[in-house]
Formats: sequence, structure tokens, C-alpha cells
Amino acid sequence: MKNLQDIRAQFPQLQEKVYGKALVYLDNAATSLRPQDVVACWQEMAFRYNANVHRAVHKTASEATLRYEQARRAVAEHIGATSEKEIVFTSGDTAALNLVARCFGEAFVGAGDEIIVAQSEHHSNLVPWQMLCARKGAVLKCLPVDESGHLQVEGLPQLLSKRTRLLCVADVSNVLGLRNPVAQIVRIAHEKGCPVLVDGAQGIVHGSIDVQALDCDFYTFSGHKVYAAPGTGVLYAKRKWLEAMPPFMGGGEMIESVAWEGATYAAPPYKFEAGTPNIAGVPTLVPALEMARLLNSADIAAEADAVRDFVLESLSSIPGLRLFGVPADRTEKLPIFSFTVEGAHHEDLALLLDKMGIAVRSGQMCAEPLMTRFGVTGMLRASFAPYNTMEEAEYFVASLKKAISMLI
Amino acid sequence: MNLEEAKQAVIDDFSLYDEWLDKYEYLIELGKNLEAFDESHKTEDRLIKGCQSRVWLDWRLEDGKLFFTADSDAIITKGIISLLIGVYSGRTPAEIAGDDFAFVSAIGLQENLSPTRVGGLRSMIETIQRIATENA
Repeated sequence: MKNLQDIRAQFPQLQEKVYGKALVYLDNAATSLRPQDVVACWQEMAFRYNANVHRAVHKTASEATLRYEQARRAVAEHIGATSEKEIVFTSGDTAALNLVARCFGEAFVGAGDEIIVAQSEHHSNLVPWQMLCARKGAVLKCLPVDESGHLQVEGLPQLLSKRTRLLCVADVSNVLGLRNPVAQIVRIAHEKGCPVLVDGAQGIVHGSIDVQALDCDFYTFSGHKVYAAPGTGVLYAKRKWLEAMPPFMGGGEMIESVAWEGATYAAPPYKFEAGTPNIAGVPTLVPALEMARLLNSADIAAEADAVRDFVLESLSSIPGLRLFGVPADRTEKLPIFSFTVEGAHHEDLALLLDKMGIAVRSGQMCAEPLMTRFGVTGMLRASFAPYNTMEEAEYFVASLKKAISMLI
Repeated sequence: MNLEEAKQAVIDDFSLYDEWLDKYEYLIELGKNLEAFDESHKTEDRLIKGCQSRVWLDWRLEDGKLFFTADSDAIITKGIISLLIGVYSGRTPAEIAGDDFAFVSAIGLQENLSPTRVGGLRSMIETIQRIATENA
């Protein structure tokens, strides 16, 4: 069992200094830091195994293809897919979501049909559905959140109709940091015959996921938020959907045969992978997901939970601080803390914290409708990864208090 | 104080602090002390475009000189606009339009703001320059 300090040594950026102070990186919900194994793999793919995948017969190409396909198996195992054929590689979560909006939408959504999207979704899991609805004359319906940030699931059965074609929800909102009851949502939707897409961008980082147990129809995430190379993304879809959906982009790799009169398409997942994929980046998903499992192992997770509890308690004791995403039970809260402080603008706080060496996010967090829902122009967000320490959490809380006292 | 003296005074004030956190404290004080801005003047046309936080700038021409008032919902931004209008308020349009605003670089503001804030700062400067040029 590795301890946290050993693991931290794997992330060189954790040793960086900004303005002469140790960097405290609390913007993990935007992108994670990268461990040495991931960068080593990335470099090896670029320096030793650079060849296009699936095409040539030469040795290097077969090695590149092998590593690329190993990543597909690793992803399938990590999320509990039935087969690696259900894993489509994309350039990121946004690309995966757009792929579903385009291909599923093309085949199954028509005028007057409905798509349900949760109010707390990131723009990436909202705008593609708005575009689809505009294209098809379909109706976008909202699964709202209550004042504490919980999805109002009790209203879901009434929201679903015979015309609902898909329900889209994140397992964890990038703003609220609450574990959404996705298993319950899937059950309710399936009872009404509606498939469910789960955006796992945040959830994939914290804890484990089993898409078969969850029984969701689609699951998407980005590599860069879970320690892998940027420009990598995953779409999991049940095989029946991948077979029923038309391809996304046309080009090399996605075809079976091409004549001047037309083409027949390759079987999934290749049908959805036109063009040269991220050949150096995709194999990094193997060491990245290994790191994710290590960081979610019992000992490390216990430390992460202690950090979460400490921050949760500390924030609730700061006068004028309003936390968005208030857990009913703290175990449903991920270490993603978005808040406002009365009399202190989120941008000012972020700027002062930056000068104290702390990287946090301020603004609308790509979730404008949620900001509108809570009547704020923006929030401050501190998002922890399992590699963040209690010491960093304490420094963050002390620095936040200092910044507030400077502003008020 | 003429324009050159006013700019030098700001540079001198800033050089008193070594740490950027202290310089921010100074900007926060400037922001807090900025004279009250009429709430009814917080209109779309007075909003400076390109700032992440909202910044309003109002002006009037009196005896051939431009006078600025401003406000922002973020206090450091308010401090920055306060610093700018502190230097340029009460000058003739020609004087402002002819200035290079280089003192802003001299105090190292750009290097110490986030890229989005630098964009905001540039918008503030451009707005002041535009108002001056239109009235020159």
C-alpha cells in the first residue's frame, strides 16, 4: 500500500512554486494534474511507437495499434462495460456528448419529441441537446435542482412522457459536487422506456463506476480530468445503441468498403472513429486509470474524506459564506466546493488566493443556467483531488479567511 | 499635479510594496474609497465591454476637462479603474488622447493580473481613450 506522500511524488507539478509559494492546486474539477507514468507513456508513444493505428502492417504500426487497443480494454474493464467494443474514443467528453447528440439524435429524435436535461449540467451536456432540439424541432425539458442543489427526482415520473427520447444527467455536477442518484434516475426512466446518458466527467475521478450495474445507456468522460493526456475522451454506449446509430463523421478508419457510389461502414466502435485518433494520448488512459484506482483505494480515500469533512465544516463556519450543493449526508458530497461570500466578489477572492499560491476557479463554471437558478453572477470553486492533503486544505481555509478579511 | 506627476505618484505608491498581495491591498483600499456611483447610472451603455466583472464608467465635460466616475462589483477591479480615473480625471481630452498610458506597464499591473483581467484593463484604457478622442 502506497501512502499519499509517495503518490504525490508521482505528480511533479505538486512540487511547483508560484510567486515563491508552494502551489496548492485546487482546480482539479477543471483538469487534473498528470502523473509521471502518464507522461512517460505519452512520450514513449510519441518517441518510440509513433505510427498510425489500424492501418499498416509494419512492426511499429502494430505496436501502436496494440497499445491503442489495450487502452480500450483497460477503459472497458475500469467502467465495467460488457466488451471493449462498447468503448468509442473521442477527443474529450464534449466530443463524446456531441457525438451522441448528433448520431442518436439523427436516428431517434424527431419533431415534437423530448429530451430531458438536468438543470445543473455543464454547458457541454446542455448546448449539444439545445442544438439537437433546434435541428429537429424537439423539446428540451428541465430536471430542476432544489435550493440545496439536489435534483428533484420525485418529479421525474411526471416529467417523462411517451415522447421522451433521452434523459441526460451528470453523475456529479461540476459546480455542486453532489453525487446524483443516477441509479434511481436510470430505474425511473427505464420504467418509462427512456434511455439515460450519464456524464461522468467528475464522477470518474472519485470512486468507482460500473456501467452494467448502473444500467445507463451512455456514459462519457474526458481523459484529462482523470490524469490522462488532454485530447482523450471516452464514450461508452450499450452495443445496441452503437449498432443502431448512424456514424458521426465520415473518413478513414470508419469504413468497411468504399466504392464511388457509396460506402459501407465498419462495425462499432470503429464506425465512430473517423480519421487519425489521438495515437499518443489514448494509451495514457491505461496508467491514468491505474492511478485513479490507486487514489480511490481505501487508505487514500479515507484521507480524502477527512479533507472533505474538514473543508465542509470550515466553510460552514465562515459568516456570509453560501455553499451551493449542500449535502443531506456528507458522504454524498465530493470535494468540489462552490460558494459565494457576501460582500466579497468571487473574482477578487480568486485573485487574492492566487497570490497566496492557491489555484481556484471563479466565474460561472460553464453552468450559466445554474448560476441563474441561484441568482448569482458567479461563484468561487475549490475542487480537491485525492492527492490534495489536509495541510493544503488547512492552508486554503486560512488563506480564504485572510482574503475575506482583506475585502470586507 | 500635472499628468506626469500624477502618473509618477502612482508608480511611487506601488513601489512602496514588495509583495503583490500588499499591492492588491492598496488597490482594495483605492476601490473602497472610490466616490459613490449613482445606482441609476449603472446602465448597459456605461458598461465597459470585455471585463469579467461588471465595470461602469461615466464621464462629463466641464470647462474643457473630462471628469470620470466609475464603479464595479469586484473591488480589485474597482481599485484599478479608480487608479486610472484618479490619474486622468480633470485633464483635457487632448491631453488624455495624446497619452501612451505606459505608466500602467511601469507598475507591473499586466504581469500580475490574470489574462482575462488584462483584457479587462485594456478595455478600460481603450474606453477612456475613446471618450477622450471623441471629445478632443
